[in-house]
Amino acid sequence: MIRLLFKSREMILGAAILVLMAAIASRFPAFVAPSNLANVLNDTAPLIILALGQMVVILTRCIDLSVAANLALTGMAVAMLNTVMPGLPIPVILLVALCLGALMGLINGLLVWKLDIPPIVVTLGTMTIFRGIIFVISGGEWINAHEMSDTFKAFPRAVLFGLPVLSWIAIAVAAGFVVLVGRTPLGRAFFAVGGNPHAAVYTGIDVGRTQCAAYVLSGALAGLTGYLWVARYAVAYVDIAAGFELEVVAACVIGGISIAGGIGSVGGALLGALFLGIVKNALPVIHISPFWQLAISGSAIIIAVAFNATSSRAKGRVILKKAEHAL
Amino acid sequence: MSLVSPDLARRQLPDRLKTPLQRFLVSWELLLLGVAVAVFVLNSFASPYFLDPWNLSDATFNFTEKAMIAFAMALLIISGEIDLSVASILALASTAMGFAVQLGADTPVLVLTGLAVGLACGAFNGLLVTGFGLPSIVVTIGTMSLFRGISYIVLGDKAYTGYPSDFAFFGQGYVWWVISFEFVLFALLAVVFAVLLHRTNFGRAVYVIGNNPVGALFSGIRVPNVKFALFVLTGLMSGVAAICLTSRLGATRPSIAFGWELEVVTMVVLGGVSILGGSGTIPGVVIAAFVMGMVTFGFGLLNVPGIVMSIFIGLLLIAVIALPRIARRLLAGRKD
Repeated sequence: MIRLLFKSREMILGAAILVLMAAIASRFPAFVAPSNLANVLNDTAPLIILALGQMVVILTRCIDLSVAANLALTGMAVAMLNTVMPGLPIPVILLVALCLGALMGLINGLLVWKLDIPPIVVTLGTMTIFRGIIFVISGGEWINAHEMSDTFKAFPRAVLFGLPVLSWIAIAVAAGFVVLVGRTPLGRAFFAVGGNPHAAVYTGIDVGRTQCAAYVLSGALAGLTGYLWVARYAVAYVDIAAGFELEVVAACVIGGISIAGGIGSVGGALLGALFLGIVKNALPVIHISPFWQLAISGSAIIIAVAFNATSSRAKGRVILKKAEHAL
Repeated sequence: MSLVSPDLARRQLPDRLKTPLQRFLVSWELLLLGVAVAVFVLNSFASPYFLDPWNLSDATFNFTEKAMIAFAMALLIISGEIDLSVASILALASTAMGFAVQLGADTPVLVLTGLAVGLACGAFNGLLVTGFGLPSIVVTIGTMSLFRGISYIVLGDKAYTGYPSDFAFFGQGYVWWVISFEFVLFALLAVVFAVLLHRTNFGRAVYVIGNNPVGALFSGIRVPNVKFALFVLTGLMSGVAAICLTSRLGATRPSIAFGWELEVVTMVVLGGVSILGGSGTIPGVVIAAFVMGMVTFGFGLLNVPGIVMSIFIGLLLIAVIALPRIARRLLAGRKD
């Protein structure tokens, strides 16, 4: 049992995070103060939300590289909506952001489902198309803080029970995913499609439709994050969250979600995102230039994927031994 | 009435293969050539400046460097792998050359530096994919951020300039009248890669691996070695492109060639290479390079901003793959 716990991906990652934090705390104790940790969580909230959406896409053997562009486009769209109609209540804005994001996810999903185009090609293409559309609708202009209404900007920062709404949304999404992935037929279908698409067909699961559903989910979450991002930083322009899709994929890969599909957990995605979030927030504290960020996430992806490959190989052997013992 | 059932008839082999001419007449390459001619004619109507020889010569710079990478990428994609880190390799090679300049290196050393860094990055990708058996998409997404990340660590928000004046020849030199050195290199490499893919055992092995990696292994092809060589080749070509681009721009920033991996993959796919591997030709990629270069140049003459062009490239990438599938489905529907 203890050995099994030790072998679990989440435990190793959790331990790595603790070691990392202890190392930082030994030199800079203020880093682990509860208020600072709450800040780190809040900073990481967008990454957590997107990593969870990306997780289900990767579970179904797909990948969504358009999430950051989707986020930026939705963010720009709701910011423009806000400048035109400042009186629009927040629930309506949230709904618009979710729907717009889901629509873009649906485009990805339909291209993968109905036309059978490889996911990497589809989302590489839509990534640039979405970014281009931001330029077209905004004319390359920025939307700055003074053009947004106060209620629009205040929502993600409003403090509720000691944490900002942004953090609470990330926590709520994570809780929702625990239920969705672990307790619903759709969640089961994500794993089935990724684990063995042919077998999934025989159990009555529509592979394409499940993949499409994963894209819609990922898109909707990207849209939601788009509003939260723009409102939190109080600025919208063409290049917001540029390259963020790599960080999202990195969080998933670090969290032990197999790029080959069918393997992964909500806890893994969560810890993967937190790991990157802590590294990102610790860099300025330990006086390392933020320019290191890109190389660190790149190395993290490579190390994690190499680690995944070796650990999954070992797992196969363990199962065989167990079966022999049972006989 | 035919005695053979239609299902069986479809499986029958033809008595004689189509002649090369017949095959050419229904090929993707001919369709692409038609598009290239149409774009050329449209451009010359759209702008009075298009048909100037010097303008046309300038237009070739839009695609020569990308096409050099695309040739190697075509081989890699045919073999069933992909390299998304090419633009980052280019950035790292360019940064290394800039660094060498600061140490007082002269032109031959700069060229060697660029090639060596490209080679090393390609070998690193190849080692991770073939040595550890990792999926190339994730590995190269990782190295894409790692290689460019190293450039950012070295350069930050600064830029390297001060390349020696004779280094400018690679990107700005002309061999004869309006024919630039880059264009000659592009044409030369096109021939080399066409021969390599279509006339050698190595090229044959690339196709076999793309169609059936297990079958390739059983027919005695050293699959990991071939794949490793292809990754090294792609890295090397990214290094060559880095020399040309750095020489043309005369400066290195860490954001150099940002987003080129998309354009290179689009070029390869537009050239008729199947993204799933196993089929495609170098002449197709060459024509695709011309089409993309001409379209970008035409848009440029019409003052269309670069980011709007990228919408077009994204649409092109999806449409090129989607349209044949839709057409095939419609044709299949009509038969039933």
